[in-house]
Amino acid sequence: MKVSPETVLQIAALANLHVDTDELPRMQHDLEAILGYVEQLSELDLTGVSPTASVVDIPTPMRSDDALRTLPNSEVVRNAPMHAKGSYVVPKVIE
Amino acid sequence: MTELIEQTLSELAETVAAGRASCSEVMQAHLDRIANVDGAIGAFVSTRDEAALAEAAAADAARARGEQKGELHGLPIAVKSNIVSPDFETDCASKILAGFRAPYEATVLERLRHRSGLVVVGNTNMDEFAMGSSCENSAVLTTVNPWDTARVPGGSSGGSAAAVAARQVPVALGSDTGGSIRQPAALCGAVGLKPTYGRVSRYGLVAFASSLDQIGPITRSVADAASVLEVIAGHDPLDSTSSARDVPDFRAGLDGSVRDLRIGIPREFFDAEGTDPYTLQLVRDAVAELERAGARTVEVSLPHTSYGIAAYYLIANAEASSNLSRYDGVRFGFRAAADELHEMYSRTRSEGFGTEVKRRILLGTFVLSAGYYEAYYGRAQQVRTLIRRDFDDAFEVCDLIATPTSPGPAWNLGERVDDPLKMYLSDIFTTTVNLAGLPAISVPCGFDKHALPAGLQLIGPAHDEQVLLRVGDAYQRQTDWHARVPAL
Repeated sequence: MKVSPETVLQIAALANLHVDTDELPRMQHDLEAILGYVEQLSELDLTGVSPTASVVDIPTPMRSDDALRTLPNSEVVRNAPMHAKGSYVVPKVIE
Repeated sequence: MTELIEQTLSELAETVAAGRASCSEVMQAHLDRIANVDGAIGAFVSTRDEAALAEAAAADAARARGEQKGELHGLPIAVKSNIVSPDFETDCASKILAGFRAPYEATVLERLRHRSGLVVVGNTNMDEFAMGSSCENSAVLTTVNPWDTARVPGGSSGGSAAAVAARQVPVALGSDTGGSIRQPAALCGAVGLKPTYGRVSRYGLVAFASSLDQIGPITRSVADAASVLEVIAGHDPLDSTSSARDVPDFRAGLDGSVRDLRIGIPREFFDAEGTDPYTLQLVRDAVAELERAGARTVEVSLPHTSYGIAAYYLIANAEASSNLSRYDGVRFGFRAAADELHEMYSRTRSEGFGTEVKRRILLGTFVLSAGYYEAYYGRAQQVRTLIRRDFDDAFEVCDLIATPTSPGPAWNLGERVDDPLKMYLSDIFTTTVNLAGLPAISVPCGFDKHALPAGLQLIGPAHDEQVLLRVGDAYQRQTDWHARVPAL
């Protein structure tokens, strides 16, 4: 599978990553090599084979709807690079 | 008395119970060992000397009052730097989580520390976010193999495996998404147990690929792996994928007997191209040893083995790209300076993540994106079904499966860092186990001509860790590979 530089940049934008111009050829090469390798899966006839998303073979169990103790707000925001009045602070998003 | 740092966890428990040493003395001996050798090994991201000594002293006091939490109360353990506690930082060896201290305790640590009284000595190095097979993707430091310091310890739990092999701790926790407990254990000459998916709660394990991740112990003896598993296993209401099945008494079955057990030998693992002949011979010798003890071998086939790596890297990276979207500079960790929100997200992530993590996020995003989802991610999930069926069929005729853990011994530092695909291929024998959610253990099975350790991988049916522990323990009763000490 050919991966164009534009595809790498488009994927990077979707992933909120910035790929520098000097990183771009390397990432393009690596993605192409890895996608080339995984092409082998197309050799298999998978007609009628159901997908496995999880090996847990029981349905998601229900739990009783009890109110549980939650962390205090001060603990929740403690790790944030910027916080004020119990809220996360981010660069302005509305002009 | 054997030197304290040479003793296994169960030997230390006996030593302390018999009053031959206190928990404080045991702790001091291990902290001294870390101070002496970790400059050369680099297993630890951080240690908590004072806190660990205080906790060990408190354990001595509690034992004296008759308030012992269990036989492991006060004994040392190390923890991979992706399992959280409010009592220490957890950075996943990543710049993006530098200084992160979680506001809650992982369930495994709740059980080990608070219920059973083990004392965390420090956090061990790893590949960033557990993405790697050599520990070289750490943003923090380089860990080397205690058997040859020019070589990698394996990964991603390389720090945990190196610490156990170098006698810095008797036991360490690791996490295994595609072999990250078993492969470094094999490369460092330690025991590494990856439990059945769901056996151990993942609450408080920083998520990499949620349908594959599982926490487990790295130890020197199989009996110790059983002891630790007994503590950490069992249902947890905080992890809905944790199994509600009863936790057996894992040590009770360790009777040294393997008579009439049927060991499956999968031809695809022994014929795999690129496997080191010396490693293969050591694994064959180990199987022969088990046959002499009364086990039988039966040839089995796992025909989709060669597709395992491809399916694994598609599924793991798809899940990773989703799980790692939370690192955006808002709620925790590193934030890059920026005037605008989206720029802040992308600069934070670009400066905070290392190259391999970015590569995997890009790959995962690609295979989940419109137009490619069915061809890549969807197909990989179908192949996962075939891999599970292979194992189901094999376990119709055998009780467990024996393979090499790694296709070869530890390689030189730097040898594979520029070739991600080659690095991925070193996981050929371990990833299918995670895709099928099965338990597996790596047990030291000898040394090659360069005196590098090799590992025998035993794979069991889902929820049957007992058969692996029984056979691994029986093998260790016949051999002394695990008792050999690297010269440091």
